[in-house]
Amino acid sequence: MDLLLTYDVDTTSPEGARRLRRVAKLCEGYGLRVQQSVFEIVADEADLLRLLAAIDDIINADRDSVRVYRLPHHGLSDVHTRGTARPQPHRGDLVV
Amino acid sequence: MTTELLNTLYVQTQGTELRLEEDSLRIRVPEQEGRRIVPLRRLDAIVVYGHVTLSSELIARCARDARSITWMSRGGRFEGRLDGAVRGNVLLRHAQHQAHDDAAVRIAIARNVVAAKVRNSRWVILRAARDAKGAAQGAMRATAGELADALPEIAVAPDTDTLMGYEGDAARRHFAAVRHALRPAEGIPPFERRIRRPPTDPVNATLSFVYGLLRGLVHGAAEQIGLDPYVGYLHGIRPAKPALVLDLMEEFRAPLADRLVLTLLNRRQLRPEHFEHLPGGAVRLTEDGRTVVIQAWQEWRQRPWPHTLAGRDVPAGLLPVMQARLLARHLRGDLPAYLPWIAS
Repeated sequence: MDLLLTYDVDTTSPEGARRLRRVAKLCEGYGLRVQQSVFEIVADEADLLRLLAAIDDIINADRDSVRVYRLPHHGLSDVHTRGTARPQPHRGDLVV
Repeated sequence: MTTELLNTLYVQTQGTELRLEEDSLRIRVPEQEGRRIVPLRRLDAIVVYGHVTLSSELIARCARDARSITWMSRGGRFEGRLDGAVRGNVLLRHAQHQAHDDAAVRIAIARNVVAAKVRNSRWVILRAARDAKGAAQGAMRATAGELADALPEIAVAPDTDTLMGYEGDAARRHFAAVRHALRPAEGIPPFERRIRRPPTDPVNATLSFVYGLLRGLVHGAAEQIGLDPYVGYLHGIRPAKPALVLDLMEEFRAPLADRLVLTLLNRRQLRPEHFEHLPGGAVRLTEDGRTVVIQAWQEWRQRPWPHTLAGRDVPAGLLPVMQARLLARHLRGDLPAYLPWIAS
């Protein structure tokens, strides 16, 4: 399934900056970063549960916010972009 | 639940560095700013060509997760592979051997291989005929017609010996037509017919060399998918003969190899000074000549070709991998037939 994840982590304290880095690292293991704090993710149900559990372990529930949207079927391949945004190759083979 | 198809990462940019960080893979490409970050869990295979650095943490992690890493030479020759402890493609190879022993399965694959070779040869000839004039154009169109007439016979060929007969016949017609498409430089004798072991003229020498490059590419693809390169269907089994590689090569010979040779000679990129005559009559490319061909081949490998089954364009260099994967899916019973690649 296709997911969109956004987060806002309070970075006014060093502790918050650490949480921000950990959330970013975690998300990089699941999907592709498309904006500063926005990730496009293709995952199955098990991966989604793992991801949510890992987020719960990292964030401070009083100060940080994470939103995960479940998109329609193959929603990530139907994205309108403007400016420097590019559609991401979520399902094709990657050639570097 | 639908199982997601995982991606393969192909790294062909020389000097690229791959590094593991937690669950993601960091890619740094030389002379490119920033880095790409790919989630490791979206990949089930990494294939690297030539000089690419992988951190030992990444290699160890891939081994643990049974994610394969394949090392290929810059030119596309298979060098080695890491498969992890849990996998091993013994089931696929077992299916491959069983299919070889099943006469019906074997002949069905072999027929498709030959039919695709003939169709792709016909496509190349018709393309060349567009640029030709007069008698040459007529001769090429006539050959294309003969090749089309042979297709129904191939579809019902009773055994591989008969098929090999059709295949040889089609190859002879193909090269007779290629003769009309060649306009080599002054000093290169006109191409008469295909001569191997050893080639005795420049055109045959170039054909042999490019077939070698193609064979390396296809052999690498078979190894990468985990197929046994030595068990084939049209070409059967013989010691030290990579029969499966020869099978998979058939559909690519005309569009990927012959057309490159035509281009190199017609554009005068290969000239008489690129060939040397050996005692005994053999002709081969000089070192400079080989450089010309290899550089052209590297570019040629990037060229995208339509792939009907994939529904998108695929770079020439990856077509053999796609086809080896389709064959593996047929052998495992996921596809009712082996569907060769048809040039268009």
